[in-house]
Amino acid sequence: MDRDAVMQQGLAETMAVPRLSPAARRRQLREKAIAGFVTAMAFTGIAALVLIIVFVAKEALDLFLDAHAREEASLSKMFLAQPTRPGKPLAFLWQPVSSVPKVSMIPLFIGTLKTTLVSMLVAVPVGVAAALFAAEFAPRRMRELLKPVIELLAGIPSVVLGFFALMVLATFLQDTFGFTYRLNAVVAGLGLALAIVPVIFTVSEDALTAVPRSYREASLALGATPWETAWKVVLPAAAPGILAACVLGFGRAIGETMIVLMASGNAAIVSANLGDSVRSLSATIAAEMGEVVVGSPHYSLLFFIGVELFIFTFILNMLASAWTRRVLKKLTGGAA
Amino acid sequence: MRHATRRTVGGALTSLTGLAALLIVGMLAVILLDVIRGGAGHVTWQFLSEPPSDGMMGGGIFPALYGTAALTLLMTLAVMPVGVLTAVYLHEYAPPDSRLARWVRVAIVNLAGVPSIVFGLFGLGFFIHFVGGSLDRALGYQELHWAQPGLLWASLTLAVLTLPVVIVATEEALRAVPLDHRTASLALGATQSQTLVRVVLPGALPGILTGAVLAVSRGAGEVAPILFTGAAYFLPELPSSLSSQFMHLGYHTYVLATQSPDVEATRPLLYATVLVLLMLTFALNLVAVVIRTRTRRKAANAQ
Repeated sequence: MDRDAVMQQGLAETMAVPRLSPAARRRQLREKAIAGFVTAMAFTGIAALVLIIVFVAKEALDLFLDAHAREEASLSKMFLAQPTRPGKPLAFLWQPVSSVPKVSMIPLFIGTLKTTLVSMLVAVPVGVAAALFAAEFAPRRMRELLKPVIELLAGIPSVVLGFFALMVLATFLQDTFGFTYRLNAVVAGLGLALAIVPVIFTVSEDALTAVPRSYREASLALGATPWETAWKVVLPAAAPGILAACVLGFGRAIGETMIVLMASGNAAIVSANLGDSVRSLSATIAAEMGEVVVGSPHYSLLFFIGVELFIFTFILNMLASAWTRRVLKKLTGGAA
Repeated sequence: MRHATRRTVGGALTSLTGLAALLIVGMLAVILLDVIRGGAGHVTWQFLSEPPSDGMMGGGIFPALYGTAALTLLMTLAVMPVGVLTAVYLHEYAPPDSRLARWVRVAIVNLAGVPSIVFGLFGLGFFIHFVGGSLDRALGYQELHWAQPGLLWASLTLAVLTLPVVIVATEEALRAVPLDHRTASLALGATQSQTLVRVVLPGALPGILTGAVLAVSRGAGEVAPILFTGAAYFLPELPSSLSSQFMHLGYHTYVLATQSPDVEATRPLLYATVLVLLMLTFALNLVAVVIRTRTRRKAANAQ
């Protein structure tokens, strides 16, 4: 090692620096310019992310700076129970356009949580089980067919899934379970599940196939059945990746707009009943931004909801990518 | 437990996972069949070539088709150069262990996870109020011209949304070009940029096209980002300039499904619109899947 370095140094000293012809120098300059341009373009992605948070936050900032907005929508009015009418108990209400605006975010949080919960309860078992099937048990032919088909499901626009939940699922579920409200958290949650199953499936499947063959072979050689190998060896080895898949699905479900907007009924109700209509954070922005006066407290409030959504999904994404990296490092690093 | 029982239990649980996979495929089939059954009879040439009439209760969807096409075309023009060059930086120019490259990757992963409605807010706050407002002031428009929802702003918003799709697909395509091709080209005296333009990019072209197709498919179906950046409820005439509003297939679906005064009367129109939108995105996705499978096979052979 050391000798090589010394030799290189010697070479560099003895070799005369070649003189470049003007044409070659021009060429070098041009190469430098191109490399600089390509590098500059790479900043676009970073710039986009920064601009998104800066400009969404900027429009929400009036909530804290403008005196009128601060009075109408203070943090305590957003997150604590407020008196509604004299003699009535304190309540969480979202009625931003009434004569006395009530701007509690709690009903919206509850709505988002309810739809997301339903979708996760369905999509996680189904998505992970299907990924396990594709990675461990399916014949090669079937796997090669299954993956593009699920990619097709991922390619369905969310407005079409919302349409399906609204026109077909809602009627079917009401006929089967007799919900009081036709559009409710269950309908929206199942619509959401259709949107996030492909995410959970794809990321889980990647994590499962990253598990080295030797793990499986060792387990099978010790006399475990294929199921025991999959359940007790492969699945735990890929666990961080599967967790990442669930977190990504969760983030997608929180931010998904059209499905919830179309199929949830959009009533901001505080209740624990999954059969009630709900209004989610994202659907609130979509439904109310059209009629709002630019610059009003209500307008800033909707941007504030956008900031919240951005922060939630940002945290979830960072967690997911950290876990994915960990599973890759463990599996590839451990094998090498 | 005896080996036989362990095998049976395992077999039963295995078939459960198979059922889960079947359930997903089954739901896809149910959605497809329902949309085809409800819409196939109404998708006629007339439906595709006429504007809506009778207060959205009759007529066709031509302005929505035109608007969607114009929107995605502009979006593609905006996103492809930026996306491809970013991927080229990440895969060809970035030094190994480059900190900038790592930051770019983190930004792209997070950009892909930002909810689409937040992109809509961004388009409204940045493109319309900030860029559009500044343009209006600079160009001396008395009334709103650029500082209002329009085709250009909606397509730029979608371009930001689809940027990660293009970058990821292009990087995969660049990875599939064998290293030998680059070293051979450099050994013959070509510069890095000549190698890039004449050897690497042509080799990666199918994968880059996949990225474009996926971006178009994603952009054509997204509604939330264009809700307040340019989509119009009803416009009989086609958008004539970059600042005019437009109709959009996805938004039209939303409007027909939720704001119709008579649900039964609009149902055939709604189903037909959804069928057109779905066939469009499926066709695009299918093209992307086919190209990608072929590129992957080639990449596997190359290594």
